[in-house]
Amino acid sequence: MTSRGMREIDAPILRLEGVSKTFNGQTGAVEALQPVHLDVRAGEFVCLLGPSGCGKSTLLNLIAGLDGPTTGKVFTNGRPVNGPGPDRALIFQDGALFPWLDVRANVEFGLRQAGLAKAERRRRAQRWIDAVHLTGFERSFVHELSGGMRQRVAIARALAIDPAILLMDEPFGALDAMTRDLMHRELESIWEATHKTVLFVTHNVREAVALGDRVLVFAPRPGRIVAEFRIGLPRPRSLEDHALVDQARQITAVLREVGAGAPVNDWGSQSRQAGLTR
Amino acid sequence: MRSNTRPATRPAPQDVAAVETRRTARLPTAQLVALALPAALLVAWFVATDVAQLFRANQLPAPTQVLRTAADLAAGGDLFRHVSASIGRALAGFGIGATLALLVSVVVGLSKIVEQALDPTLQGIRSVPSLAWVPFLLLWMGIGETPRVTLIAIGAFFPVYVNLVSGIRNVDRKLVEVGYVFGLSRADLVRRIIVPAALPYLLTGLRVGLGQAWLFLVAAELIASVSGLGFMLIDGQNNARPDIMMVSILTLALLGKLSDGLLRTVERRALAWTDTFQGR
Repeated sequence: MTSRGMREIDAPILRLEGVSKTFNGQTGAVEALQPVHLDVRAGEFVCLLGPSGCGKSTLLNLIAGLDGPTTGKVFTNGRPVNGPGPDRALIFQDGALFPWLDVRANVEFGLRQAGLAKAERRRRAQRWIDAVHLTGFERSFVHELSGGMRQRVAIARALAIDPAILLMDEPFGALDAMTRDLMHRELESIWEATHKTVLFVTHNVREAVALGDRVLVFAPRPGRIVAEFRIGLPRPRSLEDHALVDQARQITAVLREVGAGAPVNDWGSQSRQAGLTR
Repeated sequence: MRSNTRPATRPAPQDVAAVETRRTARLPTAQLVALALPAALLVAWFVATDVAQLFRANQLPAPTQVLRTAADLAAGGDLFRHVSASIGRALAGFGIGATLALLVSVVVGLSKIVEQALDPTLQGIRSVPSLAWVPFLLLWMGIGETPRVTLIAIGAFFPVYVNLVSGIRNVDRKLVEVGYVFGLSRADLVRRIIVPAALPYLLTGLRVGLGQAWLFLVAAELIASVSGLGFMLIDGQNNARPDIMMVSILTLALLGKLSDGLLRTVERRALAWTDTFQGR
């Protein structure tokens, strides 16, 4: 499924060489992620798709540097990752905003750490607050914002430090369908304007197909990548588009297939997967 | 209106007048409600003593008598001397105890191994009643301000410690991870994420700690003291002057309430960002 285009010649911005993770829990060792080999080129939008417990969030944490791999190595721009760095920003499902700070201070948070002067912080934060359409909400507290607005703040906070790679862990998973569609379009236009590399974790097949240049399909227990799809559909994509629905159906079929070998208690998440494509 | 914790939902200009009327109409109501019980108690006290003469004056002095004694003590400068001595001790002890608690809680809160090493011992020390410390503090530190302030510091330490440690352990793990992702140093992580996130617990701890400081103050002043409200209390007892005892007790209640009110105001301002149940 890998195409051999000109782009492949460029050195990857992100390279995973046999990256695996085993957790030593009280019930013994759990293989959360089998060795993964992956190259991501700069500007690529890669979706990591799979049911819960398939290691996709674990992989994102390893790339973020929050956790170290059991085997293998993560490289960004050819340099090994030994911890978090300003070249990678992580966005969580619930936004993980600081509730004691207003929107502006949240967006400025990473900039202050980077040692920027106040005026420059203010200028840069405002640029991203405007970009995610939160102009006028600079002084609002987190509890005054809707779920979609919180994710916009989280995106602005991550982008403000100008990371090369954006790691998104089910960022729209808690949003209602209409807000999610809107966020897809906005994320896509921000991505096209900034040329960031995005790794996007989701369990929603259509979301993965709507956003990704590439979709990596994960299977659980042990967590592993079982398939890779290149999505060549033109952008902007519509969730109602027939080609997109067809593509999603193919991927759902793969998910069902790999799910067949999974323990009984995983059926619930698979029927949900199937339901999403209807 | 002060209980409104949503500063960003400002009323539109045309609503301001309505809000202003409500402000003037509502604040006194809240204060009246709060004053109703103390006023009723005062009336009951007055009726039971001055009017119905249910108690002898050496048992329960009348409020008028207590007021006269308070005025006398105030005029002689004694009341001011005792009050300022007590406030000085309470604040010094509270300041020392709370500061130490802040430092120890952060270290214990951040590190599992430090917690395992320190917490059981601290919990043991916490169970020692305040008065049990007095003989040893006197033995070690002699008679003077040091053992009194130390005792108050012990009293203020534990509520701050217990609350802040559990506050730190309740900080959302993801907020800490955001800190790591942004490359925060350990000191910055504490200053910019852990302490602000645990602030509701810290403020509760400070309020309880300040209350404890006043409690331990009296214990400290009951013994080998020549000034302070606790001394006034014991002095009144020794001279069979329940009116002086009553002045001391009422002053303690008033000071405790005032200092807690100050901290509550700080708490309300500092926690304007929380979205919690405020009562109905």
